[in-house]
Amino acid sequence: MERITEHPVLQPEERKTVKFTFDGKTCEALEGEMISSALYANGIKIFSRHKKDDAPQGIFCANGQCAQCSVIADGLTVKSCVTAAREGMRVETLRGEARLPRVACVQEFGRVEELDFDALIIGAGPSGLAAAAELGQLGVKTLIIDDKDRFGGKLVLQTHKFFGSVEDCYAGTRGVDIAGKLEDQLKDYPSVQAWANATCLAVFSDKKVGVLRGDKYYLIRPKAVISATGAREKSLAFPGNTLPGVYGAGAFQTLVNRDLVRPAKRLFIVGGGNVGLIAAYHALQAGIAVVGLIEALPKCGGYKVHEDKIKRLGVPVYTRHTILRADGKESLESVTIAEVDEKFKPLPGTEKKFAADTLLIAVGLSSVDEFHAQAREAGMEAFVCGDAEEIAEASAAMFSGKITAHKVLKSLGVMAAPVPEFWFDRLQVLKSRPGVTKEPAKKDHDKQVYPVLHCRQEIPCNPCVTVCPKKSIKLSGESIMNTPRFTGDCIGCFKCLLICPGLAVTIVDYRKDPANPSVALPFEIGRGLVKKGDRVLLTGWEGAELGEAEVIDVKDFKAENTLIVIVKSTPEIADLAVSLKLFPAEAGVKTPAELAKSDDETVICRCERVSLGEIRRAIRAGTRDLNQLKAVTRAGMGACGAKTCSALLLNIFRSEGVDLKTVTGFTRRPLFVEAPLGVFSGVKCRTEADEKASWSGF
Amino acid sequence: MAENNYDVIIIGAGSIGTPLAMALAKRELKTLVLEAAASPGQGQNKCAIGGLRATHSDGSKIKACLRSLKIFSTWHKEHGDDIGWIKGGYLFPVYTENDERVLRELLKVQRGFGLNIDWIGPEKVRALVPGIADKDLRGGTYSPDDGSASPLLSVNAFYRRAVKLGAEFHFHEPVKEILSENGEVKGVRTPLGRYDAKWVVNAAGAEAAAVSDLAGIKVPVNPDCHEAGITEPAARFFDPMVVDIRPGDKSKNYYFYQNWEGQIVFCLTPQPPIWGHDRRSTSEFLPEISRRMISLMPNLATLKVRRTWRGLYPMTPDGFPVADFPAALKGYVLAVGMCGQGFMLGPGLGEALAAHMAGQPSEEDRDILAGFKLERSFAGQEKLK
Repeated sequence: MERITEHPVLQPEERKTVKFTFDGKTCEALEGEMISSALYANGIKIFSRHKKDDAPQGIFCANGQCAQCSVIADGLTVKSCVTAAREGMRVETLRGEARLPRVACVQEFGRVEELDFDALIIGAGPSGLAAAAELGQLGVKTLIIDDKDRFGGKLVLQTHKFFGSVEDCYAGTRGVDIAGKLEDQLKDYPSVQAWANATCLAVFSDKKVGVLRGDKYYLIRPKAVISATGAREKSLAFPGNTLPGVYGAGAFQTLVNRDLVRPAKRLFIVGGGNVGLIAAYHALQAGIAVVGLIEALPKCGGYKVHEDKIKRLGVPVYTRHTILRADGKESLESVTIAEVDEKFKPLPGTEKKFAADTLLIAVGLSSVDEFHAQAREAGMEAFVCGDAEEIAEASAAMFSGKITAHKVLKSLGVMAAPVPEFWFDRLQVLKSRPGVTKEPAKKDHDKQVYPVLHCRQEIPCNPCVTVCPKKSIKLSGESIMNTPRFTGDCIGCFKCLLICPGLAVTIVDYRKDPANPSVALPFEIGRGLVKKGDRVLLTGWEGAELGEAEVIDVKDFKAENTLIVIVKSTPEIADLAVSLKLFPAEAGVKTPAELAKSDDETVICRCERVSLGEIRRAIRAGTRDLNQLKAVTRAGMGACGAKTCSALLLNIFRSEGVDLKTVTGFTRRPLFVEAPLGVFSGVKCRTEADEKASWSGF
Repeated sequence: MAENNYDVIIIGAGSIGTPLAMALAKRELKTLVLEAAASPGQGQNKCAIGGLRATHSDGSKIKACLRSLKIFSTWHKEHGDDIGWIKGGYLFPVYTENDERVLRELLKVQRGFGLNIDWIGPEKVRALVPGIADKDLRGGTYSPDDGSASPLLSVNAFYRRAVKLGAEFHFHEPVKEILSENGEVKGVRTPLGRYDAKWVVNAAGAEAAAVSDLAGIKVPVNPDCHEAGITEPAARFFDPMVVDIRPGDKSKNYYFYQNWEGQIVFCLTPQPPIWGHDRRSTSEFLPEISRRMISLMPNLATLKVRRTWRGLYPMTPDGFPVADFPAALKGYVLAVGMCGQGFMLGPGLGEALAAHMAGQPSEEDRDILAGFKLERSFAGQEKLK
């Protein structure tokens, strides 16, 4: 575990360092860096010991939502993923129950400030920022808040170029760059106030919204509330699922792409949706070996171009596979997978074990809809957009933010016109799930230089069409869901190749050597990995190996952060080659008899460490109300507020043969995340030492 | 219809109905509990913070709660399941001359009933609650035999025990009609059918008045709203339930303790009272309770609040329950108006009511119900609601 000093897309910033201690050992952090990332950079994965069974715990959500990463910092229990390391800070492993520190507070209390706004946007990700810009254009008094120190939501974690259309949602631009553009845009709108480090705690029944900004608590009185709160990752139940080293793809992207910390050497991924596929790609970019990726369905749900990207580089993708267990003494050491039948039951004899230090769970997202529900219950003008409304790509989220802003404008009486109908049509297109995959296109021209478009699955994307100076790339129909087709002339300018988010465009050139055409391949894994004169293994459709070829040039397009590797090819494979294989696949070790092991010990509620066995017993005893299940077992009673286990619990009812219509769901209560009692009355502390031990940074 | 024929039907599987079912089943009365919610304790039981005390100001309550305390405190030993009982005592810290006078007066009454409660000096208060505000601390009353338990675990333990003893529970089944003939109760009707019974008990908590209207009997029960919350756990640093009876800006008293899991559970009494059935959280609660708790115990400032909720106190005009067999309708039983103390009254009151329905009330059973008649002036006032 170390810091990433070289990355094909991200440039590490020069930052001052600070020294802190962890259990007495001196560690180094970058100024302003979260404790969790600093600990990982120092090779520390275990942050706490659970009070129930002393189990080691580490990072899980890295998003301030759970409390798995809690440590003691200067005497206070804090979530290390949202608390910055400071010079001289004393960080310790949290063992069992925290001891309450003595805090010398003066009896001086602040009044809770109440502020009026026309619109409050909760969440400054793609949809929230897009909504804020629309409201700002018409001078609506808007407050947009985000719990992170930087705006952009999950965009800031995305190093890949985006899909969609150029005019609607910055297609072809990298997510992290879109975040910057959207944030910059807000500066043009003085009516929009933007608060970073501001967490929404609850929307109360008296139509006030509690917001904790840094260590100051505010009550916001908005005329309209827009929940642009995004999504949270779903969890998965299997033995060993709480071992340090097992966590969500979002946490991984946070460590790697936001904080430039390399948290793993050997990575395994569960889930073949876009999140899992992209995480694999990000890992490769960060110099981490991806041992494998599994998907329970017969086909990955993510975009084919994402899947092919990693397959071509050599990552094995196992469809119809499930995770059986994760093993390790104190943290993850190995994962065992198996093939499944049509009913997702593991097939005996197919078990394989891989050594891995990190396992990412990327099994889908669910909307963060608590605030929207509370706002509606309070009878407020409540709106929702982006992933909080429906899980889709960031491109769709931006467009849905724009549409939602117009609905708000109408409800505030600022604008009379309804939202144009065709906007909804466009949103539907951007939200589209991938459509059919066509066969590779046959060459139907005799041009000397031309692009080969290896993009054969219907997805909402068109930057190659927009960017071609000769207008030679056309979609096969009106909608941007259609696949692109080359028709016309090519000047070999590489623009389509550079902008394609799927890395699915190559340029074949017969002009210099008709017997050995050159093929230009997009490459964004790392500078210096491939040099002129190297022999490389070419890969094509779905990662098929095409034989070796010589690299005749490597061009570095710094503005696009993309390399183009030009290889000397043959007419037979020139149109087939898309990438080059970097990694040999591992087969894993056959390990039979794992299936017989009981999964009763699998942890379902990780906050309270309630096991599958305990839940099963309660269900078999007749429990049909999650609230009763919680009362009896404590599942869902922990720090995360049942955000992680709710869906898992319902799965257990289902697997026990219970009709979910007979199951009563959790009653959800504030607060959204835990907050120190003192912030609600703005209590002041007396001395500087106390000040330091106060609650800034929660 | 024989299977739909019961000795007793209880309306409500909450703090009162559930232990009552247990007591009735123990006396081998055929008992059915009808509950609109999905499981036991989903009304106000789960809103209770868990305080259990016998140190009230009147005989009926004291006797009922002493009986309850015996059940709570011996449950683990008797039945094996942990309900989170902690014998932590109740502490009323005192900072004003007037409060000292009031509590010392009350002490005489309480000690008259043989309760283990006494005045303790500021040193002892500080020892019991390390870090409690020092300025003007005069001492307080302390009752070491009181304590706390988990309402959630308790109601489920009582439920399991009741079922084991033969009581039936139907969830998702609200009572729509109370059936009677010639001034005598006959049973009830729900959307799923008719059930006959000799006794029908109204243990409907915050909904008691509306349910009693089905029987044609008015009961003066109106709920008011109290908000409560719970923190993250911390290593145990104090034992008693702390009750601060000084008035605040928008509140009367508030109270908190550290539960069996190490979490601080706290509750505030709004002033003026907020009448109604609204269970949604307001923005007023956390700032008010935060200021008040931290003034009393600055150490609490850094503890993180995990969850808040709002529950209803089914109030009567004088602060005392109604547990009675109204003469106007034979076989109709009221176990209502617990004024926020249903959790601590439930098991004791359940035994007393069950004894009456079984026709074998002891003197103590009679004493317990003596103070809770429907026919009373409701003019008095409970000293420590």
